[in-house]
Amino acid sequence: MDQSVRVITSGELLGESLTLKNKGYRLVAISCTNKDGMELTYSFNKDYELVNLRVITDTTEEISSISFIYSYAFLYENEIKELFGVNIVNMAMDFKEKFYRISATTPFKTEKEEN
Amino acid sequence: MGKRTIIPFGPQHPVLPEPIHLDLVLDDETVVEAIPQIGYIHRGLEKLVEKKDYQQYTYVAERICGICSFMHGMGYCMAVEEIMNVEIPERAKFLRTIWAELSRLHSHLLWLGLLADAFGFESLFMHSWRLRESILDIFEETTGGRVIFSVCDIGGVRKDISNETLQKIAAIMDRMEKETKEIADVFLNDSSVKLRTKGVGVLTKQQAFDLGAVGPMAKASGLSHDMRTTGYAAYCKLNFQPITATEGDSYARTVVRIGEVFQSYDLIKQAIALIPEGDIKVKVTGNPNGESFMRGEQPRGEVLYYVKANGTKFLDRVRVRTPTFANLPALLETLKGCSLSDVPILILTIDPCISCTER
Amino acid sequence: MSIFSMTKTLCKSILHGPYTVQYPLKPKEKYERTRGRIEIEINDCIFCGMCSRRCPTGAITINKPNQTWSIERLSCIQCNYCGEVCPKKCLHMANEYTTPSYDKVRDEYARVSDNQENN
Repeated sequence: MDQSVRVITSGELLGESLTLKNKGYRLVAISCTNKDGMELTYSFNKDYELVNLRVITDTTEEISSISFIYSYAFLYENEIKELFGVNIVNMAMDFKEKFYRISATTPFKTEKEEN
Repeated sequence: MGKRTIIPFGPQHPVLPEPIHLDLVLDDETVVEAIPQIGYIHRGLEKLVEKKDYQQYTYVAERICGICSFMHGMGYCMAVEEIMNVEIPERAKFLRTIWAELSRLHSHLLWLGLLADAFGFESLFMHSWRLRESILDIFEETTGGRVIFSVCDIGGVRKDISNETLQKIAAIMDRMEKETKEIADVFLNDSSVKLRTKGVGVLTKQQAFDLGAVGPMAKASGLSHDMRTTGYAAYCKLNFQPITATEGDSYARTVVRIGEVFQSYDLIKQAIALIPEGDIKVKVTGNPNGESFMRGEQPRGEVLYYVKANGTKFLDRVRVRTPTFANLPALLETLKGCSLSDVPILILTIDPCISCTER
Repeated sequence: MSIFSMTKTLCKSILHGPYTVQYPLKPKEKYERTRGRIEIEINDCIFCGMCSRRCPTGAITINKPNQTWSIERLSCIQCNYCGEVCPKKCLHMANEYTTPSYDKVRDEYARVSDNQENN
């Protein structure tokens, strides 16, 4: 299976996703890791090939939502906003941090002492 | 313009196997919109990587879901093996494929029973689950547990199956194929089943692609996308084609799943004929360092595992994207325009596994 | 369009009788690999602590000065990871599962140097 990871900036995100959509790619998942900053990984797929775009950010910068390009991205973005605290704006359906309704706020955001 | 009401389709409902909440906006018994709400069984399993090391996490990964439990364990082990560049023996790959196809069989037979129960056909529900019992007995005989097996490990599998047991399994598959034909005949030809499922919840091919549907939901609308054709585990040596249908309604999804049941009987017999002798496990030492993406095909669709490791025995991140999470937007789209009595059938046709969705 | 397609299956099941095991009148048959509770040969144990470090739930506790090995019965998930890593192979898995109980049960085994029996 071919996989590739490419690092882009948050300003290029909308342009790249629109290019991939016009080529016929579908969005597979949006993942987030909290290590040396927040790493958001957008995974796209066409014909069993996986293309990953990586955006490195922190919790203060505003990331634009891609839910007007891929309409089902709002589920992934609501989960990332609630568990990690990344500031994503303009989602198609915004649950305002009540998606999972967990008692702790942003449990993945605190720094882990064990690395 | 009728009267607008909002009805909660609550977490407790006789037809749902697991809790999910939908707020249905109705216009005189026709659904206009549905707003989902999940989070009733969120257990925070992804945060446990900080406390359990990467070998103990296999046992946590299997317990994400009860129905697709073996495939979660297998997907996690394959992702870690790819980071550590471990090549597992051939016999282990075939054994994993046999257990994975048996899991797919028991999951589809369970779904067929639940669908029959949803429109009140209780005797068909009981007979589908009676067929499933033979498969659970095979699991107990080969692995020790009926639902959670604890048999997949990083580097291979922990238990072996002897050749007489494999021949016995092949004979059981032949017997079950005859018995499943009688039940499948009722599902496909009975008039009460057809009246409840034909023309209900139509999803066109373009809609299925735009909404990101996976698994039998997408295959019934004409999208032929099956991760098993990429050839992980022993699938590269087996001979099969993905099953698709074109109408995109609930009847087509039933046809696709019944077709996959018969295809699984055939794949298990092919794998038993081709299995080689050899070891079942390779010793693994050291700690993983790196990241990998691994995609597999669960009974409900395509699943994605993302594992990131940093060289110590605790992993950085494990992320599981399950197929029901990807099928939720397609569900919300099919609910628009249907009548209130069709809502339970439509929720069941995506095969909801909410404990996988929420981890 | 057929209406009575289920009659053949229904007649067969009436003539066959019950498909389920008549438990508790008849016992349920177990297979030889059925997982159950963990048993220990306490006189072979060297108290190295490998099983307690590897247990995914932390159910096993070892006390080396007192020479005791104890297990929390309701935390054990019967995975047999401890049995695989034990260097002296003194842990094995019996066929029956843990008996149900209301409270947490801790079973303790101590090595007594004079006689050869378990506690």
